[in-house]
Amino acid sequence: MPKTLAEKILQAHTDEVVKEAGQIVRCKVSLVLANDITAPLAIKSFNAMGADQLFDKDKVALVCDHFTPNKDIDSAEQVKLVREFAHEKNVTHYYEGGDCGVEHALLPELGLVGPSDIVIGADSHTCTYGGLGAFATGMGSTDIAGAMALGETWFKVPSTVKVEIEGTPGQHVGAKDYILRLIGELGVSGALYKALEFSGSVVDDLSIEGRMTIANMAIEAGGKVGLFPVDAKTLEYCVAAGRTGDVPLSADVGAVYERVVKMDVTGMKPQIACPHLPDNVKPVDEVKNMKIHQSVIGSCTNGRISDLREAAAILKGRKANKNVRLIILPATPTIWKQALKEGLLEIFMDAGAIVGPATCGPCLGGHMGILAGGERAIATTNRNFKGRMGSLQSEVFLSNPAVAAASAIAGEIIDPSAL
Amino acid sequence: MTIQGTAHRVGAHIDTDAIIPARFLVTTDSAELGANCMEGLEAGWIKRVKQNDIMVADENFGCGSSREHAPISLLGAGIPVVVAKSFARIFYRNGFNMGLILLEVGDDFEKLGDGDQLEVDADNGTIKNLTTGELITCSAVPPFMKEILNAGGLVDYVKNRLGN
Repeated sequence: MPKTLAEKILQAHTDEVVKEAGQIVRCKVSLVLANDITAPLAIKSFNAMGADQLFDKDKVALVCDHFTPNKDIDSAEQVKLVREFAHEKNVTHYYEGGDCGVEHALLPELGLVGPSDIVIGADSHTCTYGGLGAFATGMGSTDIAGAMALGETWFKVPSTVKVEIEGTPGQHVGAKDYILRLIGELGVSGALYKALEFSGSVVDDLSIEGRMTIANMAIEAGGKVGLFPVDAKTLEYCVAAGRTGDVPLSADVGAVYERVVKMDVTGMKPQIACPHLPDNVKPVDEVKNMKIHQSVIGSCTNGRISDLREAAAILKGRKANKNVRLIILPATPTIWKQALKEGLLEIFMDAGAIVGPATCGPCLGGHMGILAGGERAIATTNRNFKGRMGSLQSEVFLSNPAVAAASAIAGEIIDPSAL
Repeated sequence: MTIQGTAHRVGAHIDTDAIIPARFLVTTDSAELGANCMEGLEAGWIKRVKQNDIMVADENFGCGSSREHAPISLLGAGIPVVVAKSFARIFYRNGFNMGLILLEVGDDFEKLGDGDQLEVDADNGTIKNLTTGELITCSAVPPFMKEILNAGGLVDYVKNRLGN
């Protein structure tokens, strides 16, 4: 029977026969992930399960990236708990200090996730690895604890929505704009329980980093996974990350899709998700007179080197508006160093930006850029729920890095082409 | 198991940042999380809730992050059941694993008004609105999930597996 990408990957990890959407299958997992917020709960459940050993000490990643460098005593205690567990269980992939970055930027860079893997993480943006052709999805801490002990978990085989992206977009438009527009069209529950599978000429031309940006936000449409086929570009990325043995992967001809969504991006403008849901999406020229107090460039969505280059191209030789705090957080130490080498950090600092450490920080209202009541931010992050970045009376607008950079200069939300 | 309590109506797409904002995620203690439950929706919202009260929501309840602190905070606040038009995927799994009863009722959630007295029979999948007399039936729990539920939740399910 012809299979979708999701069905093919699930089949490769189970002895049961994957027949149809809705079926429940038990699968072996390739990697299990938790962070400084979710690992403490997972450890609590792991111990309550009476588990003693991890199923594989090389296949559990613990990344303390949300509140690190620890913002207060409570978060320091949580990280301490995770660190002690990691040492006791001999976890190979524990990250906290100068080798730590935002988990979904870090793990691909380290080659720990890749094509045809099944990755489950106690973080909803685990779906990012779909950009590399991995069936990757977020779960809660206790599901993660179970998988840490057993090396397997259960899945309901998702039905798949195929998304075909074609056309030639306008200037300063990229991966973030495609996914924002798609979420706008599908709605925040439009892909609930489902897999999204991306294809089309625009997708073929996208960089791996761009594909990860798109896959990252599949959850914002309710999706279980956002999957890309594995092509020569993917394999090149994986080899550079130190992986071996990966092979191409595509959906079977004749695979059954729940529906096909066609998106023509010809002439499309940069897209903005307005408060307070990621599906409240408008082209940038329809968002008028929106003064901002803060611009955040970073996160697991848009904190990679290509994103920083995009921001730097706009910021070069310009100054951020004096009423705007421009906060730039390269997502991993490797990205940070690369940005330093390329002179991007100097461009940022000359523009008046605050360049911070690799952390999730303000994206979830954790630290390093919290909003007061009545303040408004533009951010390259992934969620704009009420109060997400601070006060319940603050607002977050989501955009691509070029728009966030241009808006920081203008002091209001603006199309980079209008600078 | 039968639960009787007052219904508290909330809207659609109630996200996990509304249920328990990230700034409270520096603990795993259910009472502490419960005290700050729904603080991202409205400050002090939870004060209206008494032990065994029931949350009633529109579609996609629990969307957003994977934080298990969300169902834990609801349980910690004394809410044992959420009835919704639909649930977000990760939240649904988490709720089950934590022992929070989740009943998906589609458009029938409209029949449950704010402040109505409800009687929920989770085993038989029925909700009686004692205020209006209306009876709602919901679909049965899938067999595999019943296996986890029968073991006493995921923690005990894995405990049994490891013991074998």
